Amino acid sequence: MNEIIEILSDLHPDIDFETAKNLVDNKILDSFDIVSLIAEINDNFDVAISAEEITPENFNSAESIWALVERLMED
Amino acid sequence: MLFTSYEFLFFVLATCVLYYVIPKKWQWMLLLAASYVFYFLAGASYLPYIFVTTVSTYLIARKITSLQAVVDAYIKEHKKELSREERKEYKAKEKKKQWRLLLLCLFINIGILAVLKYTNFAIANVNSMLTTFGSTAKLDFVDFVLPMGISFYTFQSMGYLIDVYRGKYEAEKNPFRFALFVSFFPQLVQGPISRFDDLAKTLYEEHKFNSATVASGLQRILWGYFKKMVIADRMLVAVNTLIKGPEEYQGAFVFAGMLFYALELYADFTGGIDITIGIAETLGIKVTENFHRPYFSKNIKEYWNRWHMTMGSWFTDYIFYPISVCQPMLKLSKFSRKHFGEIIGKRIPVYLSSFVVWFTTGIWHGASWNFIVWGLGNFVVIMISQELEPLYRMFHKKFPKADKALWFKIFRVGRTILLMSSLRMFDCYRDVPLTFKMFGTMFTTWNWNVLWNGQLLELGLEVKDYIILFLGMMLVFTVSMLQRSGSVRGKIRTLAFPVRVIIWYGLFLVVLLFGAYGVGYDASQFIYNQF
Amino acid sequence: MEEKKLSRSRKVLTFCVVTIIIIGSLYLLQKLLVPKYMTDIVEGAMIAEYYDEEHDHDVVFIGDCEVYENFTPALLWEEYGINSYIRGSAQQLIWQSYYLLEETLKYETPDVVIFNILSMKYNVPQNEAYNRMTLDGMKWSSSKVNSVKASMMEDEKFLDYVFPVLRYHTRITELNGDDFKYLFHKDKVTHNGYYMRVDVKAAENVPKGRPLADYSFGETAYKYLDKMTALCKEKGVQLILVKAPSLYPYWYDQWEVQMEEYAKENDLVYINFLELQEECGLDFTTDTYDGGLHLNLSGAEKATKWLGEFLSKEIGLASRRGEEKLETAWKKKLDAYYEEIDRQTKEWQEKQNGGEK
Repeated sequence: MNEIIEILSDLHPDIDFETAKNLVDNKILDSFDIVSLIAEINDNFDVAISAEEITPENFNSAESIWALVERLMED
Repeated sequence: MLFTSYEFLFFVLATCVLYYVIPKKWQWMLLLAASYVFYFLAGASYLPYIFVTTVSTYLIARKITSLQAVVDAYIKEHKKELSREERKEYKAKEKKKQWRLLLLCLFINIGILAVLKYTNFAIANVNSMLTTFGSTAKLDFVDFVLPMGISFYTFQSMGYLIDVYRGKYEAEKNPFRFALFVSFFPQLVQGPISRFDDLAKTLYEEHKFNSATVASGLQRILWGYFKKMVIADRMLVAVNTLIKGPEEYQGAFVFAGMLFYALELYADFTGGIDITIGIAETLGIKVTENFHRPYFSKNIKEYWNRWHMTMGSWFTDYIFYPISVCQPMLKLSKFSRKHFGEIIGKRIPVYLSSFVVWFTTGIWHGASWNFIVWGLGNFVVIMISQELEPLYRMFHKKFPKADKALWFKIFRVGRTILLMSSLRMFDCYRDVPLTFKMFGTMFTTWNWNVLWNGQLLELGLEVKDYIILFLGMMLVFTVSMLQRSGSVRGKIRTLAFPVRVIIWYGLFLVVLLFGAYGVGYDASQFIYNQF
Repeated sequence: MEEKKLSRSRKVLTFCVVTIIIIGSLYLLQKLLVPKYMTDIVEGAMIAEYYDEEHDHDVVFIGDCEVYENFTPALLWEEYGINSYIRGSAQQLIWQSYYLLEETLKYETPDVVIFNILSMKYNVPQNEAYNRMTLDGMKWSSSKVNSVKASMMEDEKFLDYVFPVLRYHTRITELNGDDFKYLFHKDKVTHNGYYMRVDVKAAENVPKGRPLADYSFGETAYKYLDKMTALCKEKGVQLILVKAPSLYPYWYDQWEVQMEEYAKENDLVYINFLELQEECGLDFTTDTYDGGLHLNLSGAEKATKWLGEFLSKEIGLASRRGEEKLETAWKKKLDAYYEEIDRQTKEWQEKQNGGEK
C-alpha cells in the first residue's frame, strides 16, 4: 500500500494520495499516469495489469489500486 | 438525407410521433426499422456492409460469452480439485480460444473498413513510389463504395466486441436489439461512438411520453441547428473561398482562414452532435456526450479529453492501453531502462503507444497524408507539452497566483485555440507540402492590412454576415460560460413561462431567418460525415 | 378537483393562445419577406392580378413576355369590343403556360385562347427566379401543385413554395419601404395583363441566331403543347398559336416549319407576326423600347390592331361594347391606362430633353 502511494506521489507530488478519492473520475490521473503506474507496479510487484483491468473503479484511489494488485498477486 | 434537409426533419418527426403512439414494447423495433429505412435511403448498396458487421459481431460475441460461461461453470464445479496453477493454465488455454475468435472478428470488420477506405490511398502511394523509381507502370484505382458512417459503426461494434471479450458484460442475446445498437440512426452519420453498456439499456427501454423530456430534446435540436446553419454553413462560404485559392490568399488570409475553419468545424461538429443527442433525448434515449467545451481547455491533452470525447476514449481504451501495458511493451521498457537509461526507458510505452494512437486517429479521419500528418502533429504537440511539464510546475511555484489570473486563463485558452486550429489546416489544403507552405506564408507574407481594408468582404460574405457570425459566436460563448455552472436549458426552465416562450421562439426565428440555407447556400454536408 | 380542472383548462388556453400568436406572427413575417415586385421587377406581380378580375373574358392570352408586352387588351376593347386578358409572366415555360391555362379554364371559358409559342424552345426548367415570378402569384390549386412540380430546378424544394419564407428568409436584411407599404394590398402593375412601356430604343444590328446542333423542339415541350390543344378542344375553346413580332430571341426557320406543321396537323390557327411586320406597319426604329426584344406601346398598338381585325373578322368575335357592366369596368381601366400613358410619355420626354442638354 505504501509503495503504491510512493509511486503515485512521484507522479503528482502535490496530491495527498492517502485520502484522495476519484483519481480517475476527477482526472487527477490521466492515461499517461496510469501507464507509468502500471509499469512501476509490474517492476515492483511482478504483477501484470492488463488493459481490461484499467477501469475507473480499479484506479480511483490508492486503496483500490492496492486491492487490485493484491488480487492479481493471489491469482 | 442530410440533417439539414426537409426530408430528414420530416423523417424524425414521423418517427417521433409513431414512437409514442405505438405500444411501448414495440418502440425499439420501430427505431430499428427507422434506422434501416434511413440507411437504405442513404444508399441501398451500403446495406450489405452494415449487415456483415452486425451479424459477424453478434455471432462471435455470443460465442465468446458462451465460452466464458463454460469456463466459469467448469472452475466453479472443480474448484476443489484444481490447483492454482492448473486453474490458471486452464483459463489461459480457454482465453486463447476466445482471443482467436476476437481476432477473427476484428480482422473481418477492420478489414472491410480498411479495404473500402484505404485501398485507393495505398494504390496512390504505390504509384508515386513507382514513379520515383522511374517506372511508368501504374496501378488503376478501384471504385469502392464507402458506406455512410462505416468508421463510426465499425468502431462502435468493435468496442462492444472487445468489452465482451474482456468480460465487461455479456453479449446481447437478441440479434435485432444488437442490430439497433449498431445502426441507431441519429448517431449513425457522425457519432458519438457509444459504448454498449451506456446506450443499450436506454435504447431498449420502454419510454413514456414526457412533455418535459421531449421539449428539452427539441430545444437541444434547435440549438444544434443554430450552430450548424447560422454559424457553420455561413462560415463555410468564406472558408471555401480561402482554401480553394491558395495562390491568391496567403499570409494574413491564411491566419483568418485558419480561425474561420476552427470556428466552422466547432459549430458544425458540435451542432451536429447536439442534433443527434437532441433527437435521442426526444425519444427518451440518453446518448453519451461528445464535447465538453473543448476550446476552454488549458492544454492540448485536456482538449483531446473534451473534444470528440467518445472517439478519444475509444482510442485510449482499445488501442492505447492494450499496447502500452502489454507484456512485450513492458519488457521493452525494462530492457531500454537497462541499456538507454531511466529517462528513455520510462517513456517508451507512452511514446510508442501514443504514436500508434495518433497515427490511427489521423488515418481514421481520412485516407490521406494530410490526416496522418495532422494526427502525428497532435502527437508531437502533446509529447512536447508533456516534456515541458516540469517547467510548468516551476513556473507555477514561482507565480502561484497565475493559475487564478484572468490573463493567464485567456492566454491558455488562446494557446489551445491557436495550436488546434493551426494543426487543423491539414484538413483544408490539398496536400501536406502546400499546407506547410501556406503556414509559412503567415510569417513571410506581411499583409495584415487585408483584415481591415475590406478584402475580407470579397470572400463571399458581406458585412451583415460577419455581424451575424460575430453575434452568433458571442451567443455560443455566453452559453458556454453559463454552462459551467450547469445546464443552460435547466436554467431557462426556471424562468417565467412567457420568457421561456420568447427565448425558444426567438432562437427558432433566428435559425429560420439567419440560417444559411436555401438558394445561394449549398446544402453542405456535416464535415464529420466524411470520416 | 375543481382547481385541477381549472388549471388544466388554463393550460389548454395558454397553449392555444401561444400557438395562435406564433402561427400568426410567422404568417405576417412570411408576408413581409416575400418580394412585393411593385417598383423594381414588376413582372413578379402579374400572375396574381388575374384573381381580382371579373372572369368573363372573350380572349385570354397565355405566354411569356412576348404576349404581355406586345398586345394591349385596352385597344382590343376600345376598337373591337373584345374583352381580353393576358396571363403572361417573364420566361413562362410551356408547362407553366399549360397549368395557367388549366387554372384559368376553371374560372372561365373564353372563346379564344392565344398562346405564344416561343417557349417551345425550352424543354427543361431554366431558372429559379423566373419560376418564382410565375408560380408564387398563383393561388393554391392542383394546377399550381403540378406546375411547381414540373418547374422545379434540381436544387429546389416543393416545401419552399408552400412556405415561401423558407426561400426568402435572407431578405430579412434587405427589407425596404415597399415591403411594409404593400404588406396587405398591392397596386396594379399591368393593364389586363399588359405591361406598358412608351419609351423607344431602336433595334440595330439584331444578332442572327447562332446555328444549333438540333432544331427539333423537345419532347416535353410537345407534350404540353398537345395537352393544351386537347384541353382547349375538350372545353370548346379555340386555341390560336402566335409568334410575336419580337426580333430577338431569334426564331429559326426550322422552328417555324415545325410550328406550321403542328398547326396544320391539329387544325389550329397559327399566326407568325414576324412575317406580318409590314402588314402591321411595324417599324423597329420606333416601335420597340429595348432594341427589338419587346415592343413599346406604339408597336403593341399596331400588332394588336392586326389581331383585333383578325379576331373580329376571321374568327367572328362580336363587339360587346354597350354591355353595361363591361363598359363601367373598362371605363375605370381606360382612365388608368391613359393616365399611365401620359405619365410615361412625360417622363420619357423629360428624359430625352435632359439627354439632349
